[in-house]
Amino acid sequence: MVDSQLRDRIPSFGKKEGGGNQSVSLSNMSAFTSGNSRTIGEIFAIVLVAVIIIGGTEFALRTFEVPQYVLPTPSEIIVALFTDFHFIAPHLGHTLVELLSGYAIGASIGLILAAVITQFPFAEKIIAPYILMLVTTPMLALVPLLILRFGFGYEPRIIAVALASGPMVMINAATGFRRVDLAKIALARSYGASTMQIFIKIRVPMALPMIIVGLMIGAIFGLLTAVGAEMVGGGFGLGNRLTTFSSTIQMPQFFAVILILALLGISIYVIFFLIGKKWASWES
Amino acid sequence: MNAPRPTPAKLRIDGATKYYETKSGLVHALEDFSAEVRDGEFACVLGPSGCGKTTLLWSMAGLHSLTAGQVLLDNQPVTKPHPEISMVFQEANLLPWRNLQKNIEFPFEIKRQNPADHRDRVRQLLQRVGLDGFQNKFPRELSGGMQQRAAIVRALSLDPSVLLMDEPFGALDAFTRDEMNLLLEEIWLETRKTILFITHNIAEAVFLSDRIFVMSARPGRLHRVYDVDFERPRDLSITTTPRFFEMVNEIKAQIDHKVTAPTKMRAADAA
Repeated sequence: MVDSQLRDRIPSFGKKEGGGNQSVSLSNMSAFTSGNSRTIGEIFAIVLVAVIIIGGTEFALRTFEVPQYVLPTPSEIIVALFTDFHFIAPHLGHTLVELLSGYAIGASIGLILAAVITQFPFAEKIIAPYILMLVTTPMLALVPLLILRFGFGYEPRIIAVALASGPMVMINAATGFRRVDLAKIALARSYGASTMQIFIKIRVPMALPMIIVGLMIGAIFGLLTAVGAEMVGGGFGLGNRLTTFSSTIQMPQFFAVILILALLGISIYVIFFLIGKKWASWES
Repeated sequence: MNAPRPTPAKLRIDGATKYYETKSGLVHALEDFSAEVRDGEFACVLGPSGCGKTTLLWSMAGLHSLTAGQVLLDNQPVTKPHPEISMVFQEANLLPWRNLQKNIEFPFEIKRQNPADHRDRVRQLLQRVGLDGFQNKFPRELSGGMQQRAAIVRALSLDPSVLLMDEPFGALDAFTRDEMNLLLEEIWLETRKTILFITHNIAEAVFLSDRIFVMSARPGRLHRVYDVDFERPRDLSITTTPRFFEMVNEIKAQIDHKVTAPTKMRAADAA
């Protein structure tokens, strides 16, 4: 019985799917994890599952008359996303500013440290535990302290993002730089390569796959920390919108922000996936 | 191309001795190894695994220092990588993140030369080894034989006068190895580079060389020198002649089998 009702919903939702970007992004994401070659049948199955999940949620929420403040329907969320986007957009901008500047600082320091430290195994042994501590400690815990010192502006958030992403980039890049292939270094040296040439032409390309992984994980941790820091204090940013919308019980808007955050995260993944495909595909 | 010289020794190894320091103590890899390779000669160094062949070759390439003794190229000591000496490594050793063309241009990049100035010669070399048209392929898309051919082209790209080859065909199957041996002989006959070729395959050494230096087990010493006088160009049919068998068997009897354990202890394998 449920089956036939579901089947009735599919065609009507299938038309909507062409315009809505939700199922498109879903099919993209699964495509990235399952490789490049997709048959039409696979695409159809991916879309079908997305439609069933979203349509099923919509249907179930309506049938059981779940109040909006508990869980809004997918259509309400989409409507809120588009009608209130001009309210949310400036906050998205703030979050992006924090993420990009914090990440730029953290990632560059992390990369440089990784490149330098792996050249000195002894120094690396001494520093490693502190890096591990930075990686494993949630940097969000420092945000209240940072706010005390730097106020409610960008600064504490940028610092938190840098502190969260930097060590992630560093620890992965260091793993990459540590992969030494003596034969390849000997090859370069047999043509008289300098230490700098060996670094640029052998060590960096060899480390690149791990560097890209580190940059991706760092960016995702940066996003998490940016949103978390915004929830702790300050009157702007997507994280702040989440606390505001939930305290005023504007649930469609709340979920619209979550949807934006999900898309941000996926974009980060896709960007680094494409970078990896371009620069590190030799490894697979 | 070279005019006959009064001293025919292109490469001279004088009492080469090498100790390695490892965690388990000193390893005595080479002991008082002396030999001369003549200009334009194809010489093989043959010995059991772990007898210090690679140590010897890496020292000649200027990649290692010797504990005692020296390597002379045209009577000049070689202490660091020399532009006249090029090396072909085990298992091709191409850079997997570069396509074939970029791999072959790698030596020019290191020497800060414009690869465009050498493009015609590189193209000819690629045609010679049957790799023209594969310039955009990545190493993983090439067969083992093609990779090793590319490595030879890379080694020849700077037009060195000495080619040091470190068991270059050891990882190839028997048929590809024969094919590569034939190709290498042809290239050698055309270019008359001085080649020092390392192998533990006796038949390969007999097929390729003018002279064979047989090494004893570690610490590597020069055990015996064989002259091989099969007519050039050689083809695979000589490998089935009684004379060829005799020579292979004689050398086999000479090689100390005590240390031919499967564990290889060479620096290049550390990676």
